[in-house]
Amino acid sequence: MTWKQAFTSSIGKKLVMGLTGLFLIVFLIVHVGINACIFADLNVPVWPFDPSDDGAIFNKAAHFMGSTILIRILEVGLFAGIILHIVQGLMLEASNRSKRKQGYAVQLGGRGSKWYSRAMGLLGTLIMIFLILHLAHFWVKARITGSDDMPEVEGMHNMFNLMKVTFSELWVVIVYVLACISLAYHLQHGFQSAFRTLGVHNNKWMTIVQSIGVGYSILVPLLFALMPIAMYLGWVG
Amino acid sequence: MEHYNMNLNLKVWRQKNAQTQGGFETYQVKNISSEMSFLEMIDVLNEELIAEGKDPIAFDHDCREGICGMCSLYIDGRPHGPWEQNTTCQLHMRAYKDGDTITIEPWRAGAFPVLKDLMVDRSAFDRIIQAGGFISVNTGNAVDANALPIEKDKADASFAAAACIGCGACVAACKNSSAMLFTSAKVTQLALLPQGAPERKSRALNMIAQMDKEGFGACTNTGACEAVCPKGISLTNIARLNQEYLGAALTVN
Repeated sequence: MTWKQAFTSSIGKKLVMGLTGLFLIVFLIVHVGINACIFADLNVPVWPFDPSDDGAIFNKAAHFMGSTILIRILEVGLFAGIILHIVQGLMLEASNRSKRKQGYAVQLGGRGSKWYSRAMGLLGTLIMIFLILHLAHFWVKARITGSDDMPEVEGMHNMFNLMKVTFSELWVVIVYVLACISLAYHLQHGFQSAFRTLGVHNNKWMTIVQSIGVGYSILVPLLFALMPIAMYLGWVG
Repeated sequence: MEHYNMNLNLKVWRQKNAQTQGGFETYQVKNISSEMSFLEMIDVLNEELIAEGKDPIAFDHDCREGICGMCSLYIDGRPHGPWEQNTTCQLHMRAYKDGDTITIEPWRAGAFPVLKDLMVDRSAFDRIIQAGGFISVNTGNAVDANALPIEKDKADASFAAAACIGCGACVAACKNSSAMLFTSAKVTQLALLPQGAPERKSRALNMIAQMDKEGFGACTNTGACEAVCPKGISLTNIARLNQEYLGAALTVN
């Protein structure tokens, strides 16, 4: 059994999906954590932070991510992980679909599985389309082209302002919220499925994995969705 | 339960052989007793077809008591019909009422080609078993009971996996036509016992290699297989097979 054989069998391909999926799950924790710094500027009467500092805490956090060499190296790994997850996912979906040429007249449908478990390919594709838009909105501007919407403040990009400008348009907010809903359902299946693929079969541990999975797949997309909503409605900044 | 008779409309997949295109035919069956089994109902229809000089509907069956794994049929979109943990031969007509229309299709999967009407070729399962679903032991007198201590939990899990009758409902229900529930049950029943230990790694590797070769899809853990399995084989077995496979793939040269 060579390494190539190990990773190209049906289980091997699933292992690639599971491992890259878990890596992306860890990334999302970092991503949501950094971005949640915008809530330091929440406009509420009693708050330990200064709501009028124009996103100073968030900008510092974003600057740290963009200027630390170790994190820039990890960024390369992140892109590799995302691309591997997408390419392998699409190839698996195509291969799995090709295994039944003649379909059924009456479908089993929801009698055996959840719709989002069966729609992982579709949900993943929606997230991929969103990701292109999302990278164009922020990553491309911050790393490559620059933008008038993120003027330099104390030697740092004002990413907070870029967010405010981007999320001032309603259609952008709606697309981001829909993408978060897709992500929530994608994670609802993907989180626990990744652990099953890695071979976790002890029921005691699987209960913990499933509980954390449900919590994670609700909490993280909810926090992400609240960001464009809060910006659009003027709750922050 | 009270006995009653019913008239039914059947939409049945008819296909001459593996090379020809098939299609649905509609039949009316009359005076079917609620105490008949589903297969007896088709027997009645076939008797009528034979009397009319027509070709009877071909379908697989053998023991008709739910233990051999020969019967199949995708009934109204569900393998083995509407009842939970039940084979088609043990499905009884009291599940239906007068005037019902029932759609009957064969298992659909590239690895299970239709031979005729509702019969499919499930020999791919046999070849998966031949690839590693066995233990090599010396034959002779049976050893004393309990000469080899086995944990109760493992013995129970092994026995539960061994209940798999290899009918193929898991493949039929899976959106990927994956044979992972079947293969995992066959691996689990041996991997958990000391007798299965010497061939544990090669078994997992060879059975998965054969499964892929036969043209089954990859598992995406949707759980449809477990939901339709007539023997209640647990999805846990698939996770155990993943572990068996990874343990072997990462260590075998």
